[in-house]
Amino acid sequence: MRITRKAEFSASHVCANPAWSAEENRRVYGPNANPHGHGHNYVLEVTVEGDPHPVTGMVFDLRELKEILNQEVVEPMDHRFLNREVQPFDRIVPTVENIAAEIWRRLEERIKRQHPSVRLTNVRLYETSDLYVDAGGGA
Amino acid sequence: MNLRLTRRYRFAASHRLHAESLSEQENRRLYGKCNNPYGHGHDYVLDVTVEGPPGASGLVADRAALDGLVRQRVLSRLDHMNLNEDLPEFRTTVPTTENLASLVKKMLLDHWNLPARLARLRISETDRNAFELEIAP
Repeated sequence: MRITRKAEFSASHVCANPAWSAEENRRVYGPNANPHGHGHNYVLEVTVEGDPHPVTGMVFDLRELKEILNQEVVEPMDHRFLNREVQPFDRIVPTVENIAAEIWRRLEERIKRQHPSVRLTNVRLYETSDLYVDAGGGA
Repeated sequence: MNLRLTRRYRFAASHRLHAESLSEQENRRLYGKCNNPYGHGHDYVLDVTVEGPPGASGLVADRAALDGLVRQRVLSRLDHMNLNEDLPEFRTTVPTTENLASLVKKMLLDHWNLPARLARLRISETDRNAFELEIAP
Protein backbone atom coordinates (compact mmCIF):
# COMPACT_ATOMS: atom_id res chain seq x y z
CA MET A 1 0.00 0.00 0.00
CA ARG A 2 1.24 3.47 -0.86
CA ILE A 3 0.63 6.66 1.06
CA THR A 4 1.44 10.20 -0.01
CA ARG A 5 2.10 13.23 2.14
CA LYS A 6 2.33 16.79 0.87
CA ALA A 7 4.49 19.69 2.06
CA GLU A 8 5.30 23.16 0.75
CA PHE A 9 8.28 25.45 0.89
CA SER A 10 9.18 28.73 -0.76
CA ALA A 11 12.75 29.37 -1.83
CA SER A 12 14.86 31.34 -4.25
CA HIS A 13 17.54 30.07 -6.59
CA VAL A 14 19.80 30.87 -9.52
CA CYS A 15 20.35 28.25 -12.21
CA ALA A 16 23.83 28.76 -13.56
CA ASN A 17 26.83 26.50 -13.88
CA PRO A 18 29.87 28.43 -12.57
CA ALA A 19 32.10 26.60 -15.07
CA TRP A 20 30.22 28.23 -17.97
CA SER A 21 30.16 31.79 -19.31
CA ALA A 22 27.24 34.14 -18.62
CA GLU A 23 26.16 33.78 -22.27
CA GLU A 24 26.22 29.98 -22.06
CA ASN A 25 24.21 30.00 -18.83
CA ARG A 26 21.68 32.38 -20.37
CA ARG A 27 21.34 30.09 -23.40
CA VAL A 28 20.82 26.97 -21.25
CA TYR A 29 18.71 28.36 -18.40
CA GLY A 30 17.12 31.52 -19.85
CA PRO A 31 15.83 33.93 -17.16
CA ASN A 32 16.50 31.24 -14.53
CA ALA A 33 20.16 32.33 -14.79
CA ASN A 34 19.46 35.92 -13.65
CA PRO A 35 22.30 36.47 -11.17
CA HIS A 36 20.39 37.71 -8.14
CA GLY A 37 17.91 34.85 -8.15
CA HIS A 38 14.16 34.49 -8.14
CA GLY A 39 11.73 32.32 -6.19
CA HIS A 40 9.09 29.64 -6.36
CA ASN A 41 6.47 28.09 -4.09
CA TYR A 42 7.58 24.49 -4.29
CA VAL A 43 5.04 21.76 -3.60
CA LEU A 44 6.39 18.39 -2.52
CA GLU A 45 4.50 15.08 -2.61
CA VAL A 46 6.27 12.15 -0.99
CA THR A 47 5.05 8.59 -1.49
CA VAL A 48 6.05 5.65 0.69
CA GLU A 49 5.07 2.01 0.38
CA GLY A 50 4.64 -0.73 2.94
CA ASP A 51 2.19 -3.07 4.64
CA PRO A 52 -0.26 -1.68 7.19
CA HIS A 53 0.78 -2.70 10.72
CA PRO A 54 -1.53 -5.48 11.99
CA VAL A 55 -2.34 -3.58 15.20
CA THR A 56 -2.25 0.13 14.26
CA GLY A 57 -3.54 -0.35 10.70
CA MET A 58 -1.01 2.21 9.51
CA VAL A 59 1.79 1.92 6.94
CA PHE A 60 3.61 4.86 8.49
CA ASP A 61 2.39 7.29 11.12
CA LEU A 62 1.69 10.38 9.00
CA ARG A 63 2.67 12.67 11.88
CA GLU A 64 6.07 11.02 11.88
CA LEU A 65 6.38 11.39 8.10
CA LYS A 66 5.36 15.05 8.43
CA GLU A 67 8.09 15.54 11.05
CA ILE A 68 10.70 13.91 8.79
CA LEU A 69 9.66 16.18 5.89
CA ASN A 70 9.89 19.18 8.19
CA GLN A 71 13.35 18.30 9.46
CA GLU A 72 14.90 17.17 6.19
CA VAL A 73 13.26 19.57 3.73
CA VAL A 74 10.97 22.33 4.99
CA GLU A 75 13.09 23.68 7.85
CA PRO A 76 16.36 23.72 5.91
CA MET A 77 14.89 25.00 2.62
CA ASP A 78 11.84 27.17 3.37
CA HIS A 79 12.46 30.89 2.85
CA ARG A 80 16.10 30.29 1.89
CA PHE A 81 18.28 31.19 -1.05
CA LEU A 82 19.17 27.63 -2.05
CA ASN A 83 22.50 28.43 -3.76
CA ARG A 84 23.86 30.21 -0.71
CA GLU A 85 22.17 28.56 2.25
CA VAL A 86 21.43 24.93 1.45
CA GLN A 87 24.02 22.29 0.65
CA PRO A 88 24.84 20.84 -1.87
CA PHE A 89 23.47 23.72 -3.98
CA ASP A 90 26.60 25.73 -3.34
CA ARG A 91 28.18 23.19 -5.75
CA ILE A 92 25.24 21.72 -7.70
CA VAL A 93 22.85 23.79 -9.83
CA PRO A 94 19.47 23.88 -8.00
CA THR A 95 17.29 22.94 -10.96
CA VAL A 96 13.99 21.35 -9.96
CA GLU A 97 15.54 18.03 -11.09
CA ASN A 98 18.51 18.40 -8.75
CA ILE A 99 16.36 19.62 -5.83
CA ALA A 100 14.04 16.60 -6.23
CA ALA A 101 17.06 14.28 -6.39
CA GLU A 102 18.55 15.84 -3.24
CA ILE A 103 15.21 15.47 -1.39
CA TRP A 104 15.10 11.83 -2.51
CA ARG A 105 18.59 11.22 -1.07
CA ARG A 106 17.77 12.92 2.23
CA LEU A 107 14.49 11.08 2.70
CA GLU A 108 15.55 7.66 1.46
CA GLU A 109 18.35 7.40 3.97
CA ARG A 110 16.30 8.78 6.85
CA ILE A 111 13.25 6.56 6.21
CA LYS A 112 15.41 3.46 5.77
CA ARG A 113 17.06 4.18 9.11
CA GLN A 114 13.89 5.01 11.00
CA HIS A 115 11.48 2.53 9.37
CA PRO A 116 13.25 -0.38 7.66
CA SER A 117 9.91 -1.94 6.66
CA VAL A 118 8.81 1.14 4.68
CA ARG A 119 10.16 2.03 1.25
CA LEU A 120 10.30 5.48 -0.33
CA THR A 121 8.82 5.08 -3.84
CA ASN A 122 8.45 8.60 -5.24
CA VAL A 123 9.34 12.22 -4.61
CA ARG A 124 7.32 14.63 -6.74
CA LEU A 125 8.38 18.26 -6.67
CA TYR A 126 6.30 20.95 -8.38
CA GLU A 127 8.21 24.11 -9.25
CA THR A 128 5.06 25.62 -10.77
CA SER A 129 1.65 24.09 -11.40
CA ASP A 130 2.80 23.39 -14.98
CA LEU A 131 6.19 21.85 -14.23
CA TYR A 132 7.17 19.05 -11.90
CA VAL A 133 9.77 16.33 -11.48
CA ASP A 134 9.38 12.79 -10.17
CA ALA A 135 12.42 11.22 -8.54
CA GLY A 136 11.69 7.52 -8.30
CA GLY A 137 13.37 4.32 -7.29
CA GLY A 138 13.71 2.87 -10.81
CA ALA A 139 16.83 2.32 -12.92
CA MET B 1 17.16 6.89 -8.79
CA ASN B 2 15.55 7.91 -12.07
CA LEU B 3 14.21 11.35 -12.90
CA ARG B 4 11.12 12.27 -14.86
CA LEU B 5 10.14 15.79 -15.81
CA THR B 6 6.53 16.66 -16.57
CA ARG B 7 5.41 19.77 -18.37
CA ARG B 8 1.76 20.81 -18.63
CA TYR B 9 0.17 22.30 -21.78
CA ARG B 10 -3.38 23.31 -22.67
CA PHE B 11 -5.43 23.37 -25.84
CA ALA B 12 -9.06 23.93 -26.73
CA ALA B 13 -10.73 21.81 -29.38
CA SER B 14 -14.11 20.54 -30.48
CA HIS B 15 -15.13 17.06 -31.48
CA ARG B 16 -18.03 14.72 -32.08
CA LEU B 17 -17.93 11.06 -31.12
CA HIS B 18 -19.53 9.11 -33.93
CA ALA B 19 -18.47 5.75 -35.39
CA GLU B 20 -19.37 5.50 -39.08
CA SER B 21 -19.71 1.73 -38.90
CA LEU B 22 -22.47 1.94 -36.28
CA SER B 23 -26.12 2.95 -36.70
CA GLU B 24 -27.47 6.32 -35.54
CA GLN B 25 -29.17 4.56 -32.64
CA GLU B 26 -26.05 2.66 -31.62
CA ASN B 27 -23.96 5.84 -31.76
CA ARG B 28 -26.50 7.65 -29.61
CA ARG B 29 -26.58 4.81 -27.09
CA LEU B 30 -22.78 4.43 -27.00
CA TYR B 31 -21.66 8.07 -26.95
CA GLY B 32 -24.72 9.85 -25.46
CA LYS B 33 -24.38 13.65 -25.54
CA CYS B 34 -20.94 13.30 -27.12
CA ASN B 35 -22.77 12.15 -30.27
CA ASN B 36 -24.76 15.41 -30.68
CA PRO B 37 -24.54 16.19 -34.41
CA TYR B 38 -22.78 19.57 -34.35
CA GLY B 39 -20.07 18.59 -31.86
CA HIS B 40 -18.90 20.29 -28.67
CA GLY B 41 -15.59 21.34 -27.16
CA HIS B 42 -13.22 20.92 -24.25
CA ASP B 43 -10.26 22.66 -22.67
CA TYR B 44 -7.83 19.79 -22.79
CA VAL B 45 -4.83 19.56 -20.47
CA LEU B 46 -1.82 17.67 -21.81
CA ASP B 47 0.97 16.49 -19.51
CA VAL B 48 4.14 15.42 -21.31
CA THR B 49 6.62 13.41 -19.22
CA VAL B 50 10.21 12.83 -20.28
CA GLU B 51 12.84 10.72 -18.57
CA GLY B 52 16.61 10.79 -18.54
CA PRO B 53 19.75 11.75 -16.66
CA PRO B 54 20.06 15.45 -15.72
CA GLY B 55 23.68 15.79 -16.94
CA ALA B 56 25.95 18.76 -16.26
CA SER B 57 23.13 21.29 -16.69
CA GLY B 58 20.95 19.56 -14.09
CA LEU B 59 18.12 19.54 -16.64
CA VAL B 60 16.41 16.35 -17.80
CA ALA B 61 15.17 18.34 -20.80
CA ASP B 62 15.70 21.82 -22.15
CA ARG B 63 12.34 23.49 -21.44
CA ALA B 64 12.46 25.66 -24.56
CA ALA B 65 13.26 22.67 -26.79
CA LEU B 66 10.45 20.58 -25.27
CA ASP B 67 7.97 23.48 -25.46
CA GLY B 68 8.98 24.17 -29.06
CA LEU B 69 8.49 20.55 -30.11
CA VAL B 70 5.11 20.25 -28.38
CA ARG B 71 3.92 23.58 -29.80
CA GLN B 72 5.06 22.86 -33.33
CA ARG B 73 3.97 19.22 -33.57
CA VAL B 74 0.94 19.06 -31.29
CA LEU B 75 -0.56 22.34 -30.12
CA SER B 76 -0.39 24.07 -33.50
CA ARG B 77 -2.40 21.19 -34.98
CA LEU B 78 -4.93 20.77 -32.16
CA ASP B 79 -5.51 24.13 -30.49
CA HIS B 80 -8.78 25.80 -31.54
CA MET B 81 -9.44 23.08 -34.07
CA ASN B 82 -12.37 20.82 -34.82
CA LEU B 83 -10.76 17.41 -34.41
CA ASN B 84 -13.19 15.67 -36.79
CA GLU B 85 -12.94 18.28 -39.54
CA ASP B 86 -9.43 19.67 -39.25
CA LEU B 87 -7.39 16.51 -38.62
CA PRO B 88 -7.13 13.97 -41.43
CA GLU B 89 -6.14 11.40 -38.77
CA PHE B 90 -9.73 11.49 -37.47
CA ARG B 91 -11.44 10.92 -40.82
CA THR B 92 -11.41 7.17 -40.14
CA THR B 93 -11.11 6.98 -36.35
CA VAL B 94 -13.27 8.52 -33.62
CA PRO B 95 -11.63 11.43 -31.74
CA THR B 96 -12.04 9.93 -28.29
CA THR B 97 -9.39 11.09 -25.85
CA GLU B 98 -7.94 7.55 -25.98
CA ASN B 99 -7.36 7.94 -29.73
CA LEU B 100 -6.20 11.51 -29.23
CA ALA B 101 -3.53 10.34 -26.77
CA SER B 102 -2.26 7.80 -29.32
CA LEU B 103 -2.18 10.50 -32.00
CA VAL B 104 -0.24 12.89 -29.76
CA LYS B 105 2.24 10.09 -29.09
CA LYS B 106 2.74 9.64 -32.84
CA MET B 107 2.96 13.39 -33.47
CA LEU B 108 5.76 13.63 -30.92
CA LEU B 109 7.68 10.41 -31.62
CA ASP B 110 7.76 11.02 -35.39
CA HIS B 111 9.76 14.19 -34.75
CA TRP B 112 11.39 13.50 -31.37
CA ASN B 113 14.77 15.24 -31.18
CA LEU B 114 15.47 15.52 -27.45
CA PRO B 115 18.11 13.49 -25.62
CA ALA B 116 15.54 12.57 -22.93
CA ARG B 117 13.05 9.81 -23.67
CA LEU B 118 9.28 10.36 -23.97
CA ALA B 119 7.97 8.35 -21.01
CA ARG B 120 4.29 9.21 -20.52
CA LEU B 121 1.41 11.27 -21.88
CA ARG B 122 -1.65 12.24 -19.89
CA ILE B 123 -4.63 14.09 -21.31
CA SER B 124 -7.54 15.46 -19.29
CA GLU B 125 -10.66 16.23 -21.26
CA THR B 126 -12.29 17.83 -18.23
CA ASP B 127 -11.02 17.95 -14.67
CA ARG B 128 -13.09 14.85 -13.94
CA ASN B 129 -11.38 12.50 -16.36
CA ALA B 130 -7.85 11.71 -17.50
CA PHE B 131 -6.29 9.34 -20.00
CA GLU B 132 -2.76 8.16 -19.41
CA LEU B 133 -0.39 6.46 -21.82
CA GLU B 134 2.86 4.97 -20.50
CA ILE B 135 5.47 4.69 -23.24
CA ALA B 136 7.83 1.71 -23.01
CA PRO B 137 11.57 2.41 -23.40
